[in-house]
Amino acid sequence: MVKLPIYMDNHATTPVDPRVLEAMLPYLRETFGNAASRNHAFGWQAEEAVEMGREQVARLIGASEKEIIFTSGATESNNLAIKGVVDFYQSKGDHVITAVTEHKAVLDPCKALERKGLRVTYLPVGQDGLVDPDDVKKAITERTILISIMAANNEIGTLNPVAEIGRIAHEHGVIFHCDAVQAVAKVPVDVEAMNIDLLSVSAHKIYGPKGVGALYVRRKNPRVRLTPILDGGGHERGMRSGTLNVPGIAGLGKAAEIGRAELESDAARILALRERLRNRLHVELDAIYLNGSLEHRLPGNLNLSFAYVEGESMLMGLKDVAVSSGSACTSASLEPSYVLRALGVGEDLAHTSIRFGLGRFNTEEEVDFVADLVIQNVKRLRAMSPLYEMAQAGIDLNSVSWVTGN
Amino acid sequence: MAYSSKVVDHYEHPRNVGSMDKDDPRVGTGLVGAPACGDVMKLQVMVNDDGVIEDAKFKTFGCGSAIASSSLVTEWVKGRTVEEALQIRNTEIAEELSLPPVKIHCSVLAEDAIKAALRDYMTKRDGADQAAASA
Repeated sequence: MVKLPIYMDNHATTPVDPRVLEAMLPYLRETFGNAASRNHAFGWQAEEAVEMGREQVARLIGASEKEIIFTSGATESNNLAIKGVVDFYQSKGDHVITAVTEHKAVLDPCKALERKGLRVTYLPVGQDGLVDPDDVKKAITERTILISIMAANNEIGTLNPVAEIGRIAHEHGVIFHCDAVQAVAKVPVDVEAMNIDLLSVSAHKIYGPKGVGALYVRRKNPRVRLTPILDGGGHERGMRSGTLNVPGIAGLGKAAEIGRAELESDAARILALRERLRNRLHVELDAIYLNGSLEHRLPGNLNLSFAYVEGESMLMGLKDVAVSSGSACTSASLEPSYVLRALGVGEDLAHTSIRFGLGRFNTEEEVDFVADLVIQNVKRLRAMSPLYEMAQAGIDLNSVSWVTGN
Repeated sequence: MAYSSKVVDHYEHPRNVGSMDKDDPRVGTGLVGAPACGDVMKLQVMVNDDGVIEDAKFKTFGCGSAIASSSLVTEWVKGRTVEEALQIRNTEIAEELSLPPVKIHCSVLAEDAIKAALRDYMTKRDGADQAAASA
């Protein structure tokens, strides 16, 4: 019998790998020193842990350990990268390029820059959810100082052509930041091969603890410089002041090490689970649609629209399963996901989308249980859906003039 | 978000799910909401010769609170006269189901649905009366 509840929301966060927890514990117990304490063993041991973590994170992305800055997480990394670069290079230009499907931790800093008078281009994406490198190229002007494009999307798991975008950025002498939070340790990421200058990482998306992340900052070809957001003790080469989160960094490092060592086997196993789930649902249900490219996609992501079944009511039926819905019906505005809208998914279908996020600790039994439960709920909810009834009767739902009260 | 036990009960055991013949002169049909807004309710009533609602059915596309609101309304209207059913207010539905503020629109839609169904019935009835009078 499968153990409930089942966690299948690994894009939101991941459970801490027991091996990661083991690596962290000494730094919460006896080895509690401050990594900045230079004159006693407590400090030295802490510093050693931090330097090991730095090396482990660097190796995961093909960087040098000198290029890793520890932060509180991806939101901070993204803010530091975007605001830091724009401030430092303000004499060179005032234009930033990003995409409409980026995470809010990139979009909102960009909006903050716009309020300060900078220009930001928000590139559209194709129906497959991908940024077209040609669009990036066309958007570059003499005033462009930064391109920020994510590696993998958090909702639909699509993988952008990062290497190509990096090449274009470098050809034009523009700094390239990549939010790789969902991608690292899931698919190969290499800052050299992909010409990435700044890259954001979060520990809790790769089976590490919450509250710690990293920013890769290129040191040569070109050397990238930043204005810090936090001023203080000058930690992390002056780019991020604040006492280092030693247990968190030890955990992030271990998570990166495991992620690198097990990337291929994890990816293959998780992809097989995802395909098992996708195939089951496709065989048993009509009118379900995959959102975003199947080919360029994270192994663990499945984002489906179940036509005629509203997402939140589905989640209610999947009460022992943690997945997430693309419709934010909890807000008064009833706005469906901006990512799905950017793909051209109609509002009606956006309201019916569910994101399944498979991860390292999911099993085949769990996938089968979830598939059964989803199928049962979709059938049940369609039996009480006026839209399904109308569609079955051959009525084109787009031709109906809907009566909205307010 | 945690749902009230009454919402969960209606969601898990919805009352009166189904459809009636919308061309039947005794049946009134209301279809309100829009797929793009994430809520569509179809509510139907069958009214007998004494003006009493004998049966009610619903189908709803929407969140658990929307399903519960429409399910509850079908229970409430049965046995009431058309005039009595027109008195049902969304605030009563919201109160009965302990809907949080972000879900009040579900109860509003349920009130709209029942009114639309009753109006549809009354239009049919009045049309039939006129047809009978002019015959």
